[in-house]
Amino acid sequence: MAVILEFEKPIQELENKINELRKFSREKGIDLSTEIAILEKRAGEVRKSIYGNLNSWQHVLIARHPERPNTYDYINFIFDDFIELHGDRYFGDDPAVAGGIGWFNGRAVTVVGQLKGKDTNENLARNFGMAHPEGYRKAVRLMKQAEKFKRPVICFIDTPGAYPGIGAEERGQFEAIARSMLVMSTLQVPIVTVVIGEGFSGGALGIGVGDRILMQEHAIYSVITPEGYASILWKDSARAREAAEAIRIIARDILELGVADKIIPEPPGGAHKEPEAAAAMLGEALAETMDELMKLKLEDLMQQRYEKFRSIGNLK
Amino acid sequence: MVLDAFRKQKNAAAQSEPENRDIPDDIWSKCGRCGEILLNKDLIKNYKVCQCGFHFRLTAPERIQMTLDSGSFREIDAGLLPVNPFALSDYAGKLVEARNKSGLNEAVVYGEGAIDKIPVVVVVMDTNFMMASMGTVAGEKITRAIELAAADRKPLIIFAASGGARMQEGILSLMQLAKTVEALARLSEAGQLYITVITDPTTGGVSASFAALGDIILAEPDAMIGFTGPRVIEQTIRQKLPEGFQRAEFFQQHGFIDKIVPRPQMKETLAKLLTLHLQGEK
Repeated sequence: MAVILEFEKPIQELENKINELRKFSREKGIDLSTEIAILEKRAGEVRKSIYGNLNSWQHVLIARHPERPNTYDYINFIFDDFIELHGDRYFGDDPAVAGGIGWFNGRAVTVVGQLKGKDTNENLARNFGMAHPEGYRKAVRLMKQAEKFKRPVICFIDTPGAYPGIGAEERGQFEAIARSMLVMSTLQVPIVTVVIGEGFSGGALGIGVGDRILMQEHAIYSVITPEGYASILWKDSARAREAAEAIRIIARDILELGVADKIIPEPPGGAHKEPEAAAAMLGEALAETMDELMKLKLEDLMQQRYEKFRSIGNLK
Repeated sequence: MVLDAFRKQKNAAAQSEPENRDIPDDIWSKCGRCGEILLNKDLIKNYKVCQCGFHFRLTAPERIQMTLDSGSFREIDAGLLPVNPFALSDYAGKLVEARNKSGLNEAVVYGEGAIDKIPVVVVVMDTNFMMASMGTVAGEKITRAIELAAADRKPLIIFAASGGARMQEGILSLMQLAKTVEALARLSEAGQLYITVITDPTTGGVSASFAALGDIILAEPDAMIGFTGPRVIEQTIRQKLPEGFQRAEFFQQHGFIDKIVPRPQMKETLAKLLTLHLQGEK
């Protein structure tokens, strides 16, 4: 059963009406094509006005939509012969982070991505995409492996944050995230990171240090979830919508702030409406970015990566 | 996740104030562990450590005075003011408050100094300034300190303390984690020594970036360290955390801290470590 967001209801109502008319026309053999065309035109306008004027909170809802394609979906659509590789070689295998190797555009690449579930059971198994230290250490292992075999790395970010739990702390969540960023900052192969849903806190950035940061149109990225912001600073998590506006978390803002390099368009209404089309758009942007990076000399690549982050908040 | 410690700021302030309001707190302090009322002038002589071992939090000037050779410290970029990129009015108010409370322009103080005549670059974070959270300017100052250490070929010592990334600066403060880490990677490539000293509390994005990456990681006794603050963990798992969880001793047991150093021994320990890294023989 499709999940319809509150603000999508006017579109949904028109679409239902169009379907009813079509059915009626077919069953009774009456030509209603003029009426249908009018309604379709109207639906198109409503769609455009709604999706063209989304507020930050509506982006949040789309970014967290339960049917939104996850890392596995994009891996399946975009990469050929993908083989998932498991484990951090120290403690375990984190189900909130997937990684492996596959073909992309005629090139062998390493893919690492945070992974949410598609339903409650899967989400419970994957901790809602919140990684433990093992997830970051698996990412580090696979990225070092990519470097050894000179494969570029693609990271998909999709997490509300790192997992807040006893085991995660005990095994050094802080160290795992810091180490992963350190390894990424010196990795001698191109790294493209793509925010495909929500990217919050050091938990997201733990696999986010790269040469380019791409964001899907409805993806969001910030230091903390709007709920976390509202509950810590205003002691009222119900003010999350307000927080989402205040600290500027949507793709357009992150691009303007000089953090994201490119926004990848999504099908109307969001990636979940047409996952395959969304994947094609993502693949195209990735290919373009990767081609750009592969042309760079290694020293230029490394220098640009340094400058990318160095310039954020540079006061001179 | 960030900044459980923000909420604890109030408790910390209460800790250092005697219960009896008739006792002015610029003369007396109350120990946060044993409750003993201590004369401030005695306390400062003992490095602000109570007889019971409780380490009071230090201001940046106190830390510098206790650690560096007398008169050796030269602060850099003291005049850099924090930015308010999203023009949030409550943040603007907090910045003014923080400046008044701490006497500092930002939570990070850095500069050049010497320990037993060995020149060092030193960074000190002051929790009196918005719980020493790291925004763009704090991140910038730390990065400049790291770059200075690399350029001048000096050891770097960072006294970490922070509630985490400064939430009011959104994505820009998050990116400071990456910025400091990248600078550290270059410092390491340049073969320079970096010592982290974890002080109470070091959490959130600061724990998960430069604070975790010292060649040598020291900690003050009982200092709180961790990525997620204890309150958020308790809310998530719906159980009480065990005694001592996320304290320096806990993380030393789990392999993340090299050595716990009581404050009165901090300077000599740093001096020994620095000397061991000097080129050539003793």
